[in-house]
Amino acid sequence: MVPDDEDRGGERLSGVPGRPSVAEKPPPRHMKVLVTGIAGWLGRLVGARLVERGHEVLGVDRRPWKDAPDGVRMFEADIRKRPAEDVFRTESPDAAIHMATVTHLVERSADRFRINLEGTRAVVDYCERYGVKQLVFCGRHTFYGAQPDSPLYHTEDEPPMGIHSFPELADLVAADLFAGSALWRVPKLDTAVLRVCYTLGRGSRGTLARYIEGPRVPTVLGFDPLFHFIHESDAADALVLAMESRLRGVYNVAGPQPVPLSVIVRETGRNGFPVPEALMNLTFGRFGLPKLPKGAIDHLKYSIVVDASAFQAATGFMHTRGERQAMEDFVAGSKGR
Amino acid sequence: MLTSFLPIDPEVADRVEALELPFNEWGIDPYGIDAEELGRLFTALQWLYRRYFHVEVHGIDHIPDSGAMIVGNHSGGVAIDAAMVVASCFFELDPPRLAQGMADKFIAKLPGASHIAARCGQFPGLPEHAERFLDDGRLLMVFPEGARGTAKLARDAHTLVGFGTGFVRLALRSGAPIVPCAFLGGGDAMPTIANFTGLGKLLGVPYIPITRYLVPVPRPTTFQLLYGAPIQLEGSGNEDDETIARYVESVRARIADLLAQGERLRAGEITEDDLELEEG
Repeated sequence: MVPDDEDRGGERLSGVPGRPSVAEKPPPRHMKVLVTGIAGWLGRLVGARLVERGHEVLGVDRRPWKDAPDGVRMFEADIRKRPAEDVFRTESPDAAIHMATVTHLVERSADRFRINLEGTRAVVDYCERYGVKQLVFCGRHTFYGAQPDSPLYHTEDEPPMGIHSFPELADLVAADLFAGSALWRVPKLDTAVLRVCYTLGRGSRGTLARYIEGPRVPTVLGFDPLFHFIHESDAADALVLAMESRLRGVYNVAGPQPVPLSVIVRETGRNGFPVPEALMNLTFGRFGLPKLPKGAIDHLKYSIVVDASAFQAATGFMHTRGERQAMEDFVAGSKGR
Repeated sequence: MLTSFLPIDPEVADRVEALELPFNEWGIDPYGIDAEELGRLFTALQWLYRRYFHVEVHGIDHIPDSGAMIVGNHSGGVAIDAAMVVASCFFELDPPRLAQGMADKFIAKLPGASHIAARCGQFPGLPEHAERFLDDGRLLMVFPEGARGTAKLARDAHTLVGFGTGFVRLALRSGAPIVPCAFLGGGDAMPTIANFTGLGKLLGVPYIPITRYLVPVPRPTTFQLLYGAPIQLEGSGNEDDETIARYVESVRARIADLLAQGERLRAGEITEDDLELEEG
């Protein structure tokens, strides 16, 4: 079932920030939602939140989710393969939330490219073929790239600028642009491309969490960029809210204001390890420091901050957890690992 | 922090608190401006502003307490002019205001400098930044002569080179008033006789100024800082180039007039009472 137009009209584009978060709002009519990449940490939070909100959830992932809550039916399948398409064909979901993208940079090269770009292409194709009404693509705010001469707050109309210095991100940028092209290629499908800033919390294993997980965090001497992050629960809320609001278009998603890297290092009880830029490459993967690709250095020098006011205005989203709680939950979670 | 060894004057800290910036629990605003860094900066600037140099400020009340653009001339080889404007808005206005400059883009690439500039509210000069700050009701500081202006030699310190036009379109689009400003004495403080661009390139900056005594360190000098009455331009910002050029010229003429008055004041030919700062 899909909410009818009357439901949509009341929920969309109120333009009033600060309305109640997903948890406080009455859920719209029950929907059947397919979530790709549901076995990842953020995917699990989204799956659980959808169940809480009374939706029926179909989880598609190559990885198992053994203790998935009742209300989530798991399908262990590669999104690019026939069994995944069969789920779309036989289950006819109302909406899809596409989270099956590889973001961490351990998985390199061709395989990563195939998962991110071909996976996104497959999901859009299946949505079109099997009459899905709403697609939410979970993209990244790193889309904009880290540059010394770009505006501090990025808006959705800006092109990706960092690909030449960080080619490892090219597949995510391509997947984002490809998902966005569904807006004109498949006009019947309401597509929302969300560029979500870094997530942090108890279980997050995203880019920022991996970067600061060790006791020593390498920083570039003389630079202290702002990092924009959102609590993982708020990020899951935002994805669900985008779906329930039948959002169309490209939107930045962020929580509280950005925080300097030095504050994150200090507040999470880490030790900053400032290294002159020229020596940065030599330290990656050594001295107990995380292994990062060369292009990541720009992300440690220049800020990537997004203006998320359009998303707020369109959905009424407000984060419920501040910077401190996100960092505290991250610390609590990382102790358990 | 690179500058954490520098002291903070308690009175300066109080004035930082009084700035209308939405600092969070770590004393950081949404742009990354850092209350503690501002405390250190203004403690150091206070010494320069009050002790090392002597600054005579006229017409500071022309700066409104809402979004506005201070538009001034460059004079002084390095950014002494901007530093004195920032200091005057912080120490002379009540409540104090933070003038946010549109810094040259090379600064964002310099280790240390980029960090300190951003924490103190001096961001790369991009139209997106300027619009955002004005929308937020902040005080913007613009030098339409750009780097050509700072590169003026001492003998040209009180003249104006060509103005960029972006600031006028920005004023029209945002509806923010322009406060014309003249800064005098930069040529005496920094008697630049040449600029070494080759050496600058090696160091990642546009040029290195060479003074009569070689090193680019300003001498103790008395400066005059004149703020004229705000100019409110009417329009959409989409006007044709000729209309914009006329607006630019009118602002430029107003600053040239303030400079001429400042020169006479500096030479002792007139007194503060003779200044005409009101006429637009």
